[in-house]
Amino acid sequence: MSQINFLWPLSGGLLIGLSAGLYLLLNGRVAGISGLTASAASLTDAGISWLGMGFIGGILAGAALASALIRQPELTITASPVLLITGGLIVGFGTRLGSGCTSGHGVCGLARLSPRSMIATATFMAVAALTVFVVRTLFGGGA
Amino acid sequence: MFARILAAVACGLLFGAGLVVSDMINPARVLAFLDITGNWDPSLAFVMGGALIPSSIAYLIRNKRRAPVFDTTFHVPANGKPDGRLVGGAVLFGLGWGLVGLCPGPAIAALTTGRWEAVLFVAAMLGGMIAYRFTLGRPMPAYTSR
Repeated sequence: MSQINFLWPLSGGLLIGLSAGLYLLLNGRVAGISGLTASAASLTDAGISWLGMGFIGGILAGAALASALIRQPELTITASPVLLITGGLIVGFGTRLGSGCTSGHGVCGLARLSPRSMIATATFMAVAALTVFVVRTLFGGGA
Repeated sequence: MFARILAAVACGLLFGAGLVVSDMINPARVLAFLDITGNWDPSLAFVMGGALIPSSIAYLIRNKRRAPVFDTTFHVPANGKPDGRLVGGAVLFGLGWGLVGLCPGPAIAALTTGRWEAVLFVAAMLGGMIAYRFTLGRPMPAYTSR
């Protein structure tokens, strides 16, 4: 493993963690992107959420700025349109049903040692790894 | 309220930049991390580990504070018990994540690349959130108001 190979992910991870940590200490909230997305789209009990819209707008601006100034991302997306729609639907439904995704349960939940988040993170990591295994081994392609 | 929104935008900026810098925005990178029996790419373990350092420190600081800087109280959920909804939701999320390689944060950040795949995925994801809102996530069952 070369140095570059872990410096990029490590510094990116530190930025994500800094974001989650600051959001907690400044606004007192969990930086969970599925929840923030739903609140930005007024799909939660809280109704219209300026915080959600601000955070999601910030993600878009931050990603665009970093792409222009720091690192040009090269996305390889192999999923077919049917898989993209199916995956999107169940990610949207599942993250709301399970109250969080990689950020809310993974980054914030594990940091505060929440038992619910530990179980959720272990579950979605295991299912995702199993899904990749099944798709790549049994179907020999797709994802 | 203005300070809170500004803080949300600033945190979003850091988050979006982190997704690009770490390359978590790239589905192939995520799938290579999830492919533990294949040609495993451990990069995302460093993303997760790196993220947990400042995040854990912040949650430790929180225990010594009565309120956050821009609000009167913390809104962090209490530590409840796991239930069927939590596990069922995590199973569905893991399945979709493994099929495409996109979770909500990177999917939104990927919109900035202008790729139609990201637009389609985010539209479907919002569709899934709307479907949840009008089925299992209804604020109040209609019959209780009678």
